[in-house]
Amino acid sequence: MPREIERAEVRRLLDEGAQLVEVLPSEEFKEDHLPGAISIPLRHIDAEGVSALDKNRPVIVYCWDSA
Amino acid sequence: MSPRAAWRLETLGFMNVYDYKDGKLDWMAAGFPMEGTNAERPRAADVARKDVVTCRLDERLGDVSARAAAAGWEAAVVVNEERVVLGLLRKKELAGEPGQPVEGAMRPGPSTFRRYVAITEMAAFMTDHNLDSSPITTSDGRLTGLVLKEDAVRVAHELGHESEEKVL
Repeated sequence: MPREIERAEVRRLLDEGAQLVEVLPSEEFKEDHLPGAISIPLRHIDAEGVSALDKNRPVIVYCWDSA
Repeated sequence: MSPRAAWRLETLGFMNVYDYKDGKLDWMAAGFPMEGTNAERPRAADVARKDVVTCRLDERLGDVSARAAAAGWEAAVVVNEERVVLGLLRKKELAGEPGQPVEGAMRPGPSTFRRYVAITEMAAFMTDHNLDSSPITTSDGRLTGLVLKEDAVRVAHELGHESEEKVL
């Protein structure tokens, strides 16, 4: 079950090597994204779309906010 | 959107998935660096004046007015001990009866902006709403600076000229 986390834990997980994924449309990613994030828009999250991710490392997903 | 993405990743075999639910708005509001084409464009925090005069609710208005005038300011921000914005004293309020407490003279609950707001957006809002100054705060309401309309409009105007030159 995915776990909700806040900013401090995001930073800690990134320090430990977590992968960071922005799931917004790619145009919004191009304008503003967190350092080190990669873009996988929600509609592209399928077996092919996530092939660049390592299943053995934590993955953090984010969009604009919880709305 | 991110909860659905997180659940979808689990169905694809990712067992260690986290959802940063407050997302990039929270990251930007905290003042952390961003990447992307907007990263080099001025935001509210870049234009805000950090040396703004602050005061407490129980100070005498005359004392605050004198302090603001000495520092060359026509505004002061009312904050608590945690630097959370409670009110604003613009030129009109600072000119009020000097013996009264700040609490009775201030504009309570002024509109505030986050640090990441594009300065072009701020300039337009401040012009449309005739705001001479607007406090910039963190997401938990702590003051980080004050943007003057004249600064916002000037920087937005300069940016407009830059993009025109690029088009030419």
